[in-house]
Amino acid sequence: MMTATTSSLTLDLRGGLGNEGARALSVTGAKAATDGLSEMKIRARNLSFFYGDHQALYDNDLDVRTGKVTAVIGPSGCGKSTHLRVYNRIFQLYRDQRAQGEVLLDGVNVLSPSVDLIELRRRVGMIFQKPTPFPMSVFENLAYGIRIHYKPSRSELHDRVEASLKSAALWDEVMDKLHKPGTALSGGQQQRLCIARAIAVEPEVLLMDEPTSAIDPVATARIEELVVSLKDKYTIVIVTHNLQQAARISDYTAFFYQGRIVEMGLTQQVFTKPKNQQTEDYITGRFG
Amino acid sequence: MKKRPTMGRKVVDAAVKAFSLLASLLGIFFLGWILLEVGRRGLGALSVDFFTQLPAPPGVAGGGLSSAIFGTLLITVVATLIGVPIGVLAGVYLAEFGKHNRMGASVRFAVNTLMGVPSILIGLFVYTILVLPLGHFSGWAGAVALAIIMLPVVARTTEDMLGLVPDSLRESGLAIGAPRWRVTLGVVFKAARSGLVTGVLLSVARVSGETAPLLFTALSSPYWPTSLSGPTSNLTVTIFNYAMSPYKDWQQAAWGASLLIMACVLALNILARVAFKEKKQ
Amino acid sequence: MSLLPHKSRGERADQSFRGLTLIAAASVLLLMVGLLVELALNARQAMGRFGLRFLASDAWNPVTQEFGALSSVYGTVVSTLIAMLLAVPLALVIALFLVELAHPTVARIVGSAIELLAAVPSIIFGMWGLFVFAPFMATHVQPFLGEHLGFLPLFQGAPMGIGILTSGIILALMILPFMTAVMRDVFKMVPSVVKEAAHGMGSTTWEVTRKVTVRYGAIGLVGALFLGLGRAVGETMAVTFVIGNSHRINPSLFSAGNSIASTLANEFTEASEPLYLSSLVYLGLVLLLMTLAIQLGAQAWLRHIKKTLGGSA
Repeated sequence: MMTATTSSLTLDLRGGLGNEGARALSVTGAKAATDGLSEMKIRARNLSFFYGDHQALYDNDLDVRTGKVTAVIGPSGCGKSTHLRVYNRIFQLYRDQRAQGEVLLDGVNVLSPSVDLIELRRRVGMIFQKPTPFPMSVFENLAYGIRIHYKPSRSELHDRVEASLKSAALWDEVMDKLHKPGTALSGGQQQRLCIARAIAVEPEVLLMDEPTSAIDPVATARIEELVVSLKDKYTIVIVTHNLQQAARISDYTAFFYQGRIVEMGLTQQVFTKPKNQQTEDYITGRFG
Repeated sequence: MKKRPTMGRKVVDAAVKAFSLLASLLGIFFLGWILLEVGRRGLGALSVDFFTQLPAPPGVAGGGLSSAIFGTLLITVVATLIGVPIGVLAGVYLAEFGKHNRMGASVRFAVNTLMGVPSILIGLFVYTILVLPLGHFSGWAGAVALAIIMLPVVARTTEDMLGLVPDSLRESGLAIGAPRWRVTLGVVFKAARSGLVTGVLLSVARVSGETAPLLFTALSSPYWPTSLSGPTSNLTVTIFNYAMSPYKDWQQAAWGASLLIMACVLALNILARVAFKEKKQ
Repeated sequence: MSLLPHKSRGERADQSFRGLTLIAAASVLLLMVGLLVELALNARQAMGRFGLRFLASDAWNPVTQEFGALSSVYGTVVSTLIAMLLAVPLALVIALFLVELAHPTVARIVGSAIELLAAVPSIIFGMWGLFVFAPFMATHVQPFLGEHLGFLPLFQGAPMGIGILTSGIILALMILPFMTAVMRDVFKMVPSVVKEAAHGMGSTTWEVTRKVTVRYGAIGLVGALFLGLGRAVGETMAVTFVIGNSHRINPSLFSAGNSIASTLANEFTEASEPLYLSSLVYLGLVLLLMTLAIQLGAQAWLRHIKKTLGGSA
């Protein structure tokens, strides 16, 4: 559930950020600032992207810090999802899409042809806008990923499934429905199932592409809580069109506009003292 | 937990991909082989005589299959005239009146079942109801057999196509006080026209190449069909008879007839697809 | 004009229209029932004479008036089995190729070609089978199989070209385009976001297909399978040309045999004795029941899939 801090922030954001909001943000901001030197998990350098002849991203430079939540915001069509889809090279499923530049994961360029795609995608999991349970039981949804990447014994498999569901705060709700179809769960549960499925293969990074846009507010709050609780173990990049959400859960924020990264920094800073006029216009609701 | 090495998984993936490419090539090879042989051997048999002359006895030069071509045309047209109206009306019932009632459900079940019944059994059925009581084979019986094969296909496509027409269109027709039948025929049919035409063309294409249901109904005959009340000459049964005969020139004629039938069926199919695509754009 | 007292002409016309469509719809029902009843009635004599023993007997002698369905059922089952064993995996991987691997232009061209080939009449396959493929089998394939797998009773005997193996292969070729087209449509219907999710976990294309796509389209795939099966079981012309028309059951796939449909096609017009004719209709009834069983089996399986996989397709 929302904390008092974040709800006051919500109010403040609507009417332009006041002093109280700035103070409220500084609670999370202070912690982030102290370990601001923490390692970079992902560094995008000069990243450009093309759909056929159409260029969608222009020279993006973006740093994702280890163990932090980085929010990617911007008006729709600004390229934020496109940017995210480069990190695990999922865009390569489509013939006419191509990326240029570098995305360094722990210093290794994932765009290099010699990178093992399978291993890359195991290390960099992805959650989609709509929940994507596979057409199989809840248990099999998790077992699928574990079985393709590992050779688990029966008990190892069960333990891992249970642990992942617990991490995704779903275990209590589905422990007696493990053999029901994954599609039978509610929308919010399905999305947490997808998160559990992703973390079952021990990723290091979780990419979330507007994970709550198809889900009701109560379920959204649960997923936001989950995201915050997961950041100790995983580096998280979340695309969202919901500014309050970005403010509530992220440590760092990057603002995209028309395929370019206009501003990026500590979330607190981007929301309270944006350096760029476009950013300010966007977060104060003047466009977007 | 022990990690599964990615190498093995990649090898399997590559192997499956290679296999699927090979399988595709193999499939295309065989089907291309069939088309080429029919084309090559069939073209050799086609001539002006083939289309204009009556069949000649084996060993006699010349002769053609004009009677069989005409007979097939006749039987198919009659079958269409019987099968299409009934099929369309049955489809209208399913789409407009029988959506949620018991009758609709049973008819739908019968339509689906009948579509899966082998065509030779339809021939057998028509034999028992038309040939046996009347005491002789006839073109009419052949046409009825083909009509029965068309019926469920037409009914099913009609139902599907009418189902695609939004209810709001029906409601706005009824709301101006038009009777249901006028709305169905005037508005709903018009909206679904290209789909209906496609369905009819495809069903005609399907029955015009049918052989088995004609074996015990129309049978065949070497003469020009002047009426449908006796055994009636047709292309497909002629192909069967000629192919099974020991005579080289008959076998040759069978290839010609095969090419002709295949070309017509494919042309009808292409026509149906074009008709459907044009409306969609 | 008053709204209440009499039904207007328009409304009466509506009732007649509805009645007309009802009659047409009922005729389909009537045909289905009539088909069963007519075949049963005309098979009565043979049913009375042979009973269920008909199914277990391989006798087929018009002279002694002894008839049994076993050899025809055997040929039907074996040739269908061969066809399914060859066609199903091929259709599956070709569909996979078209949807996941091929360049879109190639996929479109090959896809349309396959749809057209699915419409080629079966008699064409019969002609090709008899005059082109059977000689090829006799000179190349059967000697090869006999040499390398001849220790199996399945591949023994003279390479005659025609026979159960050849008709099974022709059947496979006949149902291949049709099943490929259906399976391709099924694969295409899987939402790309589900495929992305599976790829996003680090699955290979094959792993995505085998575990996710196939399950997602399970209902459509099973439908395709049973439609192909139904076609193969009842297919007449493609088989009649090449199966050899023999009522003897021989373990070798090289040997001539027959199927229910080919027996009917070959012998029906020659059958003069009432019992002979009735036995043939009885045979037809057996085929009808087989196809009905296949259809009911398909529906039962589909219900089962829907229950275990949820509303996936």
